[in-house]
Amino acid sequence: MVLKTLKVLLVLHMIKRKKIKLVSFSSREIEEKKAEQPVMVKICKITKESPGVKIFFFESDVKFTPGQFVMVWIPLLDEKPFTISYFQDNILGISVLKRGLFTSVLHSKKVGDTIGIRGPYGRGFNIKTNLNVCVVGGGIGMASLTTLVDKLNSVNNKQGLNITIIHGARTAAEILYQKRFRDMKLCTEDGTAGFKGTAVDLFENLIKRQRFDTVYACGPEKMLYKIFELCQRNKTNCEVSLDRYIKCGFGVCGQCDCSGRRICVDGPVFNMEELSEMKDFGKMTVTKTGERVIC
Amino acid sequence: MRVSVSKIDLSVSLCNIKLTNPTILASGILGTTKALLKRVAENGAGAVTIKSVSVEPREGHKNPTVITFEAGMLNAVGYSNPGVEAAAREFKDLQDVSVPVIASVIGTQKKDFVRVVEGFSKTKFSAIEIPLSCPHTPGFGLLAGQGTPKATFEITSAVRRLTKLPVFVKVSPNIPEICTIAKAAEDAGADAITAVNSMGPGMIINIEAQKPILSFKVGGISGDALRPVAVRCVYDLYKAIKIPIIGVGGISTGRHAIEMLMAGASAVEIGTGVYYRGVDVFRKVCGEMTVWMQENGIKNVKSIIGVAHD
Repeated sequence: MVLKTLKVLLVLHMIKRKKIKLVSFSSREIEEKKAEQPVMVKICKITKESPGVKIFFFESDVKFTPGQFVMVWIPLLDEKPFTISYFQDNILGISVLKRGLFTSVLHSKKVGDTIGIRGPYGRGFNIKTNLNVCVVGGGIGMASLTTLVDKLNSVNNKQGLNITIIHGARTAAEILYQKRFRDMKLCTEDGTAGFKGTAVDLFENLIKRQRFDTVYACGPEKMLYKIFELCQRNKTNCEVSLDRYIKCGFGVCGQCDCSGRRICVDGPVFNMEELSEMKDFGKMTVTKTGERVIC
Repeated sequence: MRVSVSKIDLSVSLCNIKLTNPTILASGILGTTKALLKRVAENGAGAVTIKSVSVEPREGHKNPTVITFEAGMLNAVGYSNPGVEAAAREFKDLQDVSVPVIASVIGTQKKDFVRVVEGFSKTKFSAIEIPLSCPHTPGFGLLAGQGTPKATFEITSAVRRLTKLPVFVKVSPNIPEICTIAKAAEDAGADAITAVNSMGPGMIINIEAQKPILSFKVGGISGDALRPVAVRCVYDLYKAIKIPIIGVGGISTGRHAIEMLMAGASAVEIGTGVYYRGVDVFRKVCGEMTVWMQENGIKNVKSIIGVAHD
């Protein structure tokens, strides 16, 4: 009896000292692989990117391609899609613009708090080894393109790669990632930073003078449509990332339809050929009720 | 006894609707827009069902609304839909969809079903399905008491009087007296029974968050976990009623579909299977059915309906 008690105590001590790994940990990993369910992660760092945007960093072994997204869950509240805007080793970051109830609650989170992560979902950008690339980000849409720029730089090893980054915002205070990408071409609608006008205006000026092999864009759909049209006219390849109200994230609920293509699995990134077949692109969007309305 | 592929006949007739094969897209999966119905039809479905439509627009439950687990899916979408007016606009010109399209009509009370069916009077649907069996939306289905013989009879009668189209009544696997419910529907003039809706509701708790994952906390269970229950329901119904049965619940392979037909289904619906195998699950299931029929010397799929019975 005494011996038995001693054995138990020894085992408990070893578990405490992490010399024995509990079997339940590995069985949990197996369960998670099979299921589309959020995994709770601890926020390890929070930075302020602009008055309205915070970046939340957390540790995760999620394998991620630029352009993909994760569903972020706040228990008992809601779950929303966010792209990964920071990706290094096993530290991931999401950029959150404070816009409604969900993002306000998210903004009130502190380091050490937990959030649920499910994913990654969708088809990301096609990483090309082209020499002349243009990246166009409108507002918070720039978040989807940050990891793309990182990836392009690493794949091309910076040799001969020429990336032009256009970032548009309404006003100077809303400009994002200025320290991260020092050579961005900025534009603001009120002229408080960079070129006075929209990202489309600036892109139109550039594409008249310069030849791009590929253009990547993310932002408001009206902007994306104009970029797409300009690329079509200039016979330039482009890929854009679209946004819709997402529910399941894995292609069954039909909520995020755009002309028969599901944003959550067929997209969110679409190429020119696909976009030219998508009649709703730039024209119609889908509300929370599922109604197709003019966007 | 091997049969050549050209001789395999997968076509079935469901309440005089000709289907090139017995697979139908189940309601609530991908049926939100005409474009998606078209895509499902192009991927081999014999017919498609729209996502359920109510009189007024509904946003449904908050996210998470759909999650999966080791043996299936748990959903509480909460009948989000644009309302009958917008849905009638969305589903006009249904001739663009190459297969029959079934309308799914929901209501909190009898008169709502009537209003939705009236609202669809100019839309070219091939049949009307009324699910009286949703386990997770307050005001509808089981949570509104629509799963009783009396309510089923009354709602089915009201819809029956209004339309010449075949009327399918979708029943719940939860109710032990499922055959009584189906008989009430048959007596009220239903043309077929869709068996079954998702079961439960069930709950999944994230133990780190210490909270249920679905925002509605509970949701209907579909997929693999539901299949044996659905097969049993169809088997029981086949003995109890004379009208055809559309079998639904956990079908994602040709073998599953054949099993359901053998239990007594005249056609099968596929929903969660889209998650397991993609939008082309319909083509895959039909291909697998064809191979199985070839190997087992069966030319006509109609000949296996109900063969599991004594």
